[in-house]
Amino acid sequence: MISVSDLTVRFARAAPVVDGISFDVAPGECFAIVGQSGSGKSVTARSLLGLSGGTVSGSVFLDSVDLVNASARQWRSIRGKEIGFVSQGALVALDPLRTVGREVGDALRLHTSLSAVEQSARIQSLLSSVGIPDPSLRASQRADELSGGLRQRAIIASAIALQPRFLIADEPTTALDSTVAAGILDLLESLRASGTGILLISHDLATVSRLASRVAVMQGGRIVESGTVDDVLRMPRHPYTRQLIAAVPAGTPRHAPLAPPPRVGNSGPGAAAPPAQPSPAVSARPGPSFPTMPPATRPGVGNEGPGAANPVAEPAVEHPGAPGPEFSTTVLAATGLVRRFGPRLAVDDVGFQLERGRTLGIVGESGSGKTTVARLVLALDKPDAGTVELFGRPWAGRDRREARIGAIYQDALSSFDPRLTVGQILSDAQTDGRSRRADVSELLELVGLDPSIAARRPRILSGGQQQRVSIARAIAPSPAILVCDEPVSSLDVIAQAQVLDLLDKLQRELGMSYLFISHDLGVIRHMSDDVLVMRDGRVLESGPTEDVFGAPQHDYTRALIAAAPTLD
Amino acid sequence: MKIRAIVAGAILLFIAVAALAPGVLAPTDPLAIHPLESFRPPSFEHLFGTDESGRDILTRVIHGAGASLLIGLSATAIGVSIAVVLGLLAGLGPRWLDFGTTRFLEVLFAFPGLLFALLFIVIYGPGIVTSTIAVGLATAPGYARIIRSTVLQVRRAPYLEAATVLGRGRAYRIVHHLLPNVAGSLFVLVTLGIGQSIVWASSLSYLGLGAVPPAPEWGAMLSAGRTYITSFWWMTFFPGAFIVLTAVATTLLGRSIQDRTRS
Amino acid sequence: MVEPLVTDPLPIEGASRARHRWLPWALLRLGGVVFVLWAVATVTFFAIRLIPGDPAEAIVGGPGSQASAEALAQARADYGLDQPLLTQYLTYLSHLVRGDLGNSYSLRSPVVDVIGENIGGTLLLAVVSLVVASLIALGVAALSVRGGRLASALASLLEVIAAAVPHFWLAIALILLFSTVLGWLPPVSVPGVAGLVLPVLTLAIPLAGFLGQVMRESILAAISSPFVLASRARGENERGVFWRHALRHAAIPAIGLTGWAFGALISGAVVVETIFARPGLGRSLLSAVQQRDVPLVLGVVLVVAVGYMLVTTLTDLADRLVDPRVVRR
Repeated sequence: MISVSDLTVRFARAAPVVDGISFDVAPGECFAIVGQSGSGKSVTARSLLGLSGGTVSGSVFLDSVDLVNASARQWRSIRGKEIGFVSQGALVALDPLRTVGREVGDALRLHTSLSAVEQSARIQSLLSSVGIPDPSLRASQRADELSGGLRQRAIIASAIALQPRFLIADEPTTALDSTVAAGILDLLESLRASGTGILLISHDLATVSRLASRVAVMQGGRIVESGTVDDVLRMPRHPYTRQLIAAVPAGTPRHAPLAPPPRVGNSGPGAAAPPAQPSPAVSARPGPSFPTMPPATRPGVGNEGPGAANPVAEPAVEHPGAPGPEFSTTVLAATGLVRRFGPRLAVDDVGFQLERGRTLGIVGESGSGKTTVARLVLALDKPDAGTVELFGRPWAGRDRREARIGAIYQDALSSFDPRLTVGQILSDAQTDGRSRRADVSELLELVGLDPSIAARRPRILSGGQQQRVSIARAIAPSPAILVCDEPVSSLDVIAQAQVLDLLDKLQRELGMSYLFISHDLGVIRHMSDDVLVMRDGRVLESGPTEDVFGAPQHDYTRALIAAAPTLD
Repeated sequence: MKIRAIVAGAILLFIAVAALAPGVLAPTDPLAIHPLESFRPPSFEHLFGTDESGRDILTRVIHGAGASLLIGLSATAIGVSIAVVLGLLAGLGPRWLDFGTTRFLEVLFAFPGLLFALLFIVIYGPGIVTSTIAVGLATAPGYARIIRSTVLQVRRAPYLEAATVLGRGRAYRIVHHLLPNVAGSLFVLVTLGIGQSIVWASSLSYLGLGAVPPAPEWGAMLSAGRTYITSFWWMTFFPGAFIVLTAVATTLLGRSIQDRTRS
Repeated sequence: MVEPLVTDPLPIEGASRARHRWLPWALLRLGGVVFVLWAVATVTFFAIRLIPGDPAEAIVGGPGSQASAEALAQARADYGLDQPLLTQYLTYLSHLVRGDLGNSYSLRSPVVDVIGENIGGTLLLAVVSLVVASLIALGVAALSVRGGRLASALASLLEVIAAAVPHFWLAIALILLFSTVLGWLPPVSVPGVAGLVLPVLTLAIPLAGFLGQVMRESILAAISSPFVLASRARGENERGVFWRHALRHAAIPAIGLTGWAFGALISGAVVVETIFARPGLGRSLLSAVQQRDVPLVLGVVLVVAVGYMLVTTLTDLADRLVDPRVVRR
């Protein structure tokens, strides 16, 4: 049993990063700590191994061994042997210069006196036990020769080499494709079932709910709520927990807000004491406020897959300023796009249509070709075959100003010229090059940012704020179409919710059409009117979102849906 | 780390004053000969000692700052100008131009360090002018390689693509985004380069291939003191110390600018 | 902030792919080396003809020398200076390929012989200095990493100063300290280890400054990386972390610098051999430049270029062995 009582961790003379938390982890159970970045959860995990790097006070006991005051020798017999550590595979958690076999076998070398041959045999059986095929080959390879999923499994293997009683897993499935992540969670579940106690650290409530039986929510170094997973998810008591739950897009209907809007001047997610949000199931669904085509002439979406499902007769509400229905509403059309990189076919005969004022979501795992499609649509890359049409006319990148197509990216910060301030970035994006301060302030307010940040550099802003500056820049030249390439994948759940709400609001106010690309099924389901499911460069299924996800035709789509974490 | 920059700045300020207004720091005439006082070791009267003609070395060192700095600046200017042209051609031009320029640089690198300068001097003879040009030419390939890799790095940066999406043409992107970001690293390069050029130029002078006495230039003073290293060490030691000081100060300054732009 | 989604790389099946890439790379490299050597030879060919005045005079000592008519005629015949340029060039190349680098007029012997006599001393100096510099750099880097922020800042400052010091000044300072003041070592080089110490230190210290800076950065980056955290979590102690992880990462930039280091050592040898009166290529080169002995200068430059190409090819090889990721770039 690991017992933590009033644990406090400080760095230098700053305020404590972990501020008096207490919890227990029993063998054979999975206890999770959920929090956003800056909550102190990773420092907590590391301090249980004496690797926090700060000053620790309070008490941590492994059965009867005092871990806070443990000597170096005691630590050497605990680390790797009694407690194992699984870190995030997306980081460089395996030494790129050493073979996987050596990394996995380190614990054997350090704690046992097995011969080289015996160690080698153990390493191979370890690799097999975590589900790595062809272990003798993989053991001699280096980390960058393994795919993300295999790397994570190898990391787990290196942690369980000596069958420790406890495992600390810090974000073990982040940045993995959902089908791959599901496999990792299954592996961890089997370890738990065989008696290992697991402390699971995650930012994602949905992942946690799959594996853990008890959970604690951390904010600002403190535990604000804890209990069984069922209790915390169904009857959250603390407003922050409620915020976290409300912010999860999966299960929230289209256009329903996910989070309270950030206060202008707010420096990050998690504003103090927001008004209590009604649970998602209860919130009213606002009516559509964008023009929809009368059913008879609604064009099909996508090239493959079934035709449009029964068109729903919805009142055609006119959006102020939008042209009447006599204009074609297909703003963007792609036909037969093909793109090869050497022998690899990245995009294979992809076609779709984007209607005015609607969102077409493209969902797929890594390597599915969705980012390449985005680049082709933006004419940043030339297709080997196929065409892209804007407003009915073929387009290959000329006259971008008139084309009215813009983009936001996953990494907002690197899309900014590092020498420019926020104000300069925004005025640089104005259509006619004017840089009136009023324009910049208007833009900033439109995206919910304080106009005073115009003088600052983007690198001091939080991830959510950076993305909002990126959105402001993208809408400055009044585009009709916005390509959103994984815009929220790098953001915390609450910042993600705010950005998604902002995109929704702007779509309704400005009548833009979105091509929304993501690997996250929940996000896509929440944001898209129509969806394209891609795999290995091909479109597997397409159609209105609820049709595709309600009644998937393809096995792969079913697997994606099953693997996507939900809050039950 | 700010202390670094302040100390370096102070040293460079002192040297700049010495260069521009030497009379303020050392009022006596650096060229005046006092044969009776030749070869005096450092003393209270002559802090740095005297040379073979009895001239006060401290005064000469201070008055020599201007010439030495000028040599360093000129050599750096020559080297960086050539390097900018080569680096931009290689980084911005079509692939064949990059290929050709890189091969050209490879050939130049096969004449490492001072060897290129020595080759130049063997062809065109020794002296201040030729040694300055020689140092400039010899340092150019090193700068060119750095500039080229900076240009290539910036060229692949996501913000250039973002600018394309916003409708900016190629010329605009190069002038407004690429060049300013490359120029930032150029500044660091020049700062570091001045110290290095002064060191190389003075090394050539020390070997008798650069400046010659009686000019109160640091290199020339080294040249004069060459034959007396063990006997009258102060003739070479103190001018050399000032060279080291200048080189260290420019390096520290360059480094702190680099660190600041990186974070 | 959550880490961005990582694109899963396609796993490479087996090591056989890496092996198949060796041959084309080796051929390409060889071609590159031959090209550079040819280019250097061409540059030196034109170097003679760039000298203002009669090339024959340049070959025998420059415009100021009082060369006899026979000597001038001999030079013209040797170098074929009356022939058309193309013939001269081809003759020159054919001489080079046969190993004939002409005659040093100031030493009155074939250039190849002069170089042969002197190259040993310089190589010894260069190799020993490189080894000593690497040891110093590694030692300082290791100590400073263990010592904390103050030690690190101090080491950084020392490295900057060391790297900025010119060889001639350092030599003087060392002679003053160890010879004049302490009397431990001779000021002028004598055969044997004692005579090697000061010259080696003079060359090694500035080099150690450069190497130390890159090594320390690399070691610090490795020590604060996630894979070292994982290693510690398995029970590895500090020494293991340093020797098993950090060291290999530090070696990569150091190996990359070796080519440049070779060049810096040869340049430095010019000054060091002169000050310490050690026989070697550097001292020969300097006196050749001073006496405008063009054939000898060109000969040394060519030999150094060959050596440089050799060293860079070897370091490229070493880089691939230590860091297999290079193969996949």
